[in-house]
Amino acid sequence: MKRSPRDRQQRAQPFWMPLLAIVTALILGGILIIVSDLEVIAAFTRIPRQVAVPFTDPSTQVSLEEALWKHPNEVQVGDGVLVDGRTLRVVEEVTDPSKQIALSEARKLYPTLGPGVTIYYNFWQKPTVGLKAAWHSVKTAYVALFEGSIGNPKQMVQALAAWLKGDPSLLSRAFYPLSESLVTSTPYILTGLAVALGFRAGLFNIGAEGQYFVGGLTSVWVGYSLKGLPIYVHLPLTILAGAVGGGLWGAIPGLLKAKTGGHEVINTIMMNYIAFALSDWLLNGPMMRPGGFRPISPEIEPSARLPRFFGGDIRFHAGFFVALAMAALVYWLLFKTTIGYELRTVGANPRAARYAGISLTRNIVLAMFLSGGLAGMAGANDIAGVIYYMPNAFSAGYGWDSIALALLGRSHPVGVVLAALLFGTLRAGATRMQSVAQIPIDIISILQAMIIIFIAAPEIIRSLYRLKKPSTAELALAGGDTAEGAQA
Amino acid sequence: MSTTQPVIIDPHARRRSRTMGVFLILIGLLIYGAFVRSSSVGQLATFGMNPGRQTQAMRIPDITLPVLTSLYVMSLLSVALGVGQLVWGWRRAEGLVLGLVAGLLALAFLTWAARGQSLNLVGILEAAVQRATPIALAALSGVICERSGIINIAIEGMMLTAAMVSSLVGSVTHNLTIALLVSILVSGLLGALLAVLSIRYKVNQIISGTAINILATGATSFISAKFMAPYEYLNTPGKFANWPVPLLSRIPVIGPVFFESNVVVYLLFILLIVVHVMLYYTRWGLRTRAIGEHPRAADTLGVDVLRMRYINVFVGGMVAGLGGVFLVLGSVPRFDELMTAGKGYIGLAAMIFGNWNPFGAFGASLIFGFTETFQAKLQILKVPIPSQFMRMLPYLITMIVLAGVVGRSVPPAAEGQVYEKQ
Repeated sequence: MKRSPRDRQQRAQPFWMPLLAIVTALILGGILIIVSDLEVIAAFTRIPRQVAVPFTDPSTQVSLEEALWKHPNEVQVGDGVLVDGRTLRVVEEVTDPSKQIALSEARKLYPTLGPGVTIYYNFWQKPTVGLKAAWHSVKTAYVALFEGSIGNPKQMVQALAAWLKGDPSLLSRAFYPLSESLVTSTPYILTGLAVALGFRAGLFNIGAEGQYFVGGLTSVWVGYSLKGLPIYVHLPLTILAGAVGGGLWGAIPGLLKAKTGGHEVINTIMMNYIAFALSDWLLNGPMMRPGGFRPISPEIEPSARLPRFFGGDIRFHAGFFVALAMAALVYWLLFKTTIGYELRTVGANPRAARYAGISLTRNIVLAMFLSGGLAGMAGANDIAGVIYYMPNAFSAGYGWDSIALALLGRSHPVGVVLAALLFGTLRAGATRMQSVAQIPIDIISILQAMIIIFIAAPEIIRSLYRLKKPSTAELALAGGDTAEGAQA
Repeated sequence: MSTTQPVIIDPHARRRSRTMGVFLILIGLLIYGAFVRSSSVGQLATFGMNPGRQTQAMRIPDITLPVLTSLYVMSLLSVALGVGQLVWGWRRAEGLVLGLVAGLLALAFLTWAARGQSLNLVGILEAAVQRATPIALAALSGVICERSGIINIAIEGMMLTAAMVSSLVGSVTHNLTIALLVSILVSGLLGALLAVLSIRYKVNQIISGTAINILATGATSFISAKFMAPYEYLNTPGKFANWPVPLLSRIPVIGPVFFESNVVVYLLFILLIVVHVMLYYTRWGLRTRAIGEHPRAADTLGVDVLRMRYINVFVGGMVAGLGGVFLVLGSVPRFDELMTAGKGYIGLAAMIFGNWNPFGAFGASLIFGFTETFQAKLQILKVPIPSQFMRMLPYLITMIVLAGVVGRSVPPAAEGQVYEKQ
């Protein structure tokens, strides 16, 4: 791949550029949330408000869901329950005062009105209502996103306090979101590393999705077909099988690229679809769970499972540390070994590499093998750590997301880990945002796309915030302090 | 993406031509080994030559083939063509010969699968054309963009967006023409975004394409989940009526297969001819090909490289959008999340298979559409081949073609490279 001066400029971005890209994406996402919220649309056009005397105070109510959590099977709507030392009334849904209007207020508009009637506001009659609805909409969404990804800070503190007093029952609920975020981040770290390693060698591995699938297939096969092995043999074997499977799947486009010049982008995409069809066939045929009708594989042996550290719902497993170890390994390989030096040279300038006697074929195939291996290991990780069997709908778009990750992390292992943690938390939190604020989880994809665009085209951000362009002198300086430059 | 593209002389040409000869012979042997040996003497295969529905086409008698004899003929023909390739080479007719043998293989497969039964050939071809249409439009979009040097990997996203917009606009306005126009405009704008990112901001074209794909996936699923799923009336656009072409639709076989379709299919035919003529016989086409092969030279001669690329990518986006419109208004008249299911990428594959030519891409799309249709038929005919393997076939073929083992597929030389004006 030719390295244009533009690439150098991209590397010369200051460290806060990715952060600015993320913040900008979140702001634009917030605008999208507001614009697409039907209540806000209603608030700006026609706002239904129930005329109420007096306002129902939400602080005297508790929702049924909340009450059932405390007193399972015992409470009904209308009951009074004791919560945090206060008696609250159980209601279907906590009444939102923003949907009500006081009688005195309503009579200013319609003098003859009685309580219980629904009236409509127009935005221009009371602009604050629309603005409040907008704020409420985006606040609900992002608070849900935060609570779904990190957790509710108050609950977490309470749970910790109770735990210190010897009552660990609250812990699992309070720390469930955090655990889910880390569980979601784990495959992201690995697939992000996969794409980043490819980038470093000048290769576009768009096939992380297919390699993840194949890694899942090979690892699940080793996981359920070998029996009676001790865990310290079976578990590494399972993970390794995923890595080798994904690696070989990735090495094929690498070989084609090196030998025939066939573009790895097209070939990895083709390999993705071949992988999906292959998995569909295997799960409906040779690998189908005996006695079942659904296309899923048998469960892997307990000896092939990554250990979990906490009981109950907390799915956080040792795979997270495997992923971190792989990040360290990739860092070491890329920047501290001859192999890595050769890979990066091939990526930076294939012609120079060839002059220096570095084999292009070997390095391209090796890079694609390692890249595919990391993606395959991500699949193995999800099999051995989370679901324990292979379903037909195995992946959740890691292949495309990982390109965003590698870009955001600037193809550096540390950056990739940070980016993966961000994407993992976003994705985990979006699930809660969907259920609490009725915002489809797909908003995460929109945020990701915006982040990619802003990272890849920093001029957009610069012009958005009226930042001045970096001078050529700065560029020349920054060109030398990239990871590559520091090594060379 | 190797920077050392063979420009004029291909050093591997002889080896390739020999490989292709061997490949053709192998196909002949495959027909013999896989099909001839598992058929028995006296079996007949009946092909229905009339569509199963009421049509304007003239009725012709069904064709009954003696299975064994036909298979022998097809096998020998393939071998003979392969030997011909090895001895003196088909040179410029190579592509045609390859297509012919591929057709023979497909026909042999059909004959073998239908042995002792009857199969409605016209029905299969009809379905194949319907399935090929979005693929061909995607491929045509790829041709228009890539000939000018911009890799358009975002075709999938453009199709998806156009599909969603066409369903939404069609449902709101109850006017399918407006729906079609708005949706191709929107996907053209996505093309413009790709162009702006790749040309103005010099983002790597694969990355900008990926970003657009992710954006389109997210945005369409978001809107679908937020508005179209809860309010069903926003997702009932209605469907283009089939509109038989006078006279042409009366031709047996060809009539029902090609000329009893809806407006999008006809637009595809028109676009194929227009793009072919434009690309090879007009100034626009010459310039487009020039900036895809050697932008610096074209620039020196006064061609505005960047402006041409903007125009081509915008038009390419609109053509891809037409494919998305077909998926909704031309077949199932409703939008479902991720309904393109990789058709944009198959389109790219068809473009490569068709060697970046409009009609080549169309032929490849027909083959892909045919394999897709045939998957469904396999189970009905109780053929002992898992349908998943048929599904892999287009992708495998593309990889083989791209590797240059058979046929030769050379991308425009300047594809994917940023052009900096000097």
